[in-house]
Amino acid sequence: MKVVIDAARCQGHGRCFSLAPAIFEFDELGNGVVIGDGTLNEETIDLARLAQSNCPEHAISIEESA
Amino acid sequence: MSVKPPVEDFATDWDHTDAQWVQDPYPIWEDLRSRCPVAHTDRYGGAWFPATHAGVSAVANDTENFTSRTVIIGNGRPEEDALPAPIGVAPPITSDPPFHQIARRLILPAFAPGPVNALEPRIRELCVKLLDQVQGQELVNGGVDYAQYIPAAVISRMLGFPEKDDDIFREFVHIVLEGVDHPVEQRVEEFAPIEEYFTTQIEDHQASPRDDLTSYLLNVELGGEKLAIEHVFGTMLLVLVAGIDTTWSAIGASLLHLATHPDDLERLVNEPELMPFAIEEFLRFYAPVTMARLVKHDMDYLGVPMKEYDWILLGFPAANRDPAVFKDADKFIIDRMENRHLAFGLGIHRCAGSNLARLELRVAIEEFIKRYPRFEVADSRAVTFAQGQVRGPRNLPFRVLA
Repeated sequence: MKVVIDAARCQGHGRCFSLAPAIFEFDELGNGVVIGDGTLNEETIDLARLAQSNCPEHAISIEESA
Repeated sequence: MSVKPPVEDFATDWDHTDAQWVQDPYPIWEDLRSRCPVAHTDRYGGAWFPATHAGVSAVANDTENFTSRTVIIGNGRPEEDALPAPIGVAPPITSDPPFHQIARRLILPAFAPGPVNALEPRIRELCVKLLDQVQGQELVNGGVDYAQYIPAAVISRMLGFPEKDDDIFREFVHIVLEGVDHPVEQRVEEFAPIEEYFTTQIEDHQASPRDDLTSYLLNVELGGEKLAIEHVFGTMLLVLVAGIDTTWSAIGASLLHLATHPDDLERLVNEPELMPFAIEEFLRFYAPVTMARLVKHDMDYLGVPMKEYDWILLGFPAANRDPAVFKDADKFIIDRMENRHLAFGLGIHRCAGSNLARLELRVAIEEFIKRYPRFEVADSRAVTFAQGQVRGPRNLPFRVLA
């Protein structure tokens, strides 16, 4: 499973990298960026879902198949 | 304050400066959501208020049908007292695409988490100093002694203004935000000292540039040219207005909540790991900011007949309590896990200072409850709220408990 940020939707609320800094970081404008290729494991899936459910712009999605 | 007739029905005659709205708007909004999701008023030359999350989201994301040329509702006809798009008086908040993105990209790096997080030790030091000043008192004013000083000092230092001017600076915020109901001629007069002060600061920074936001704005280049002075001035005005009253309100509202909900206070003191969730719930439940848009042309929208130049007031605080989006929307849940609140707006105008605001709010609460793990409101009748588009408690007389 992979987590993806839709850069066109992200407005830099910063909720993802605050809640899940192991999965997300920020760019120089403060927009959220996925660290690495976004592959999730059993330890990170719940954090990714937490970030997803707090993004006000609905910019985060979790793709089931990798 | 001019004398206006009291509001009879908020669905057809709302006024965000009405005493009832200022003191406790939540029942009004709940009522509007249930019977008239888009309220109208003839006041201010005609204005609409969508009370639902769906209505607020639709307008916030629609820059085709709405302009941000002015975002604070006033009595003046907007086409007369507003600079034309795309720049507007305070870019980028008053800018529309495509200029908006250019103006926003200029300031975002200054408010990105990197430079903002570096301010934490200074903000903490400031909070501790403010608390030291009232140390030993039984009564502490969470607004007057504490919340109001924090963002004013932070923003003033960011702009590179002298510390001795912090009181003047706070007065400017008051002028801009709380005089919305004054006649246009009076408004022009009221703004004069702000213009004068900013001009002096700009000249001073031009003569001796330094490492602050004012110098950055004066020297940054856009397409090979420096910014127009109106642009620099406008962005300084934006930072002043948007960065102070707002955070001050959020800190005050959060402290007021803790003073009146001892269970939540106790949990936050004993379970500091709740802080990230508590901060977002404070922001959802007590979101201080509403922003306006102007209708670009006559149209039917959200089921109502909007006219060109009508105002739309975006009630982010109302959207945050919409049960269609938030479970138990009318309950403050300190460890709420899922919280897509709109306290910082939605879409391209997301509050550029949100990282800074969150940091100030967190540090202010952490230091306050560390010093005072138990406190209550000493006199609830003395708790007063600011009116206008930034709503929050101003006078917060707290009694420190053993």
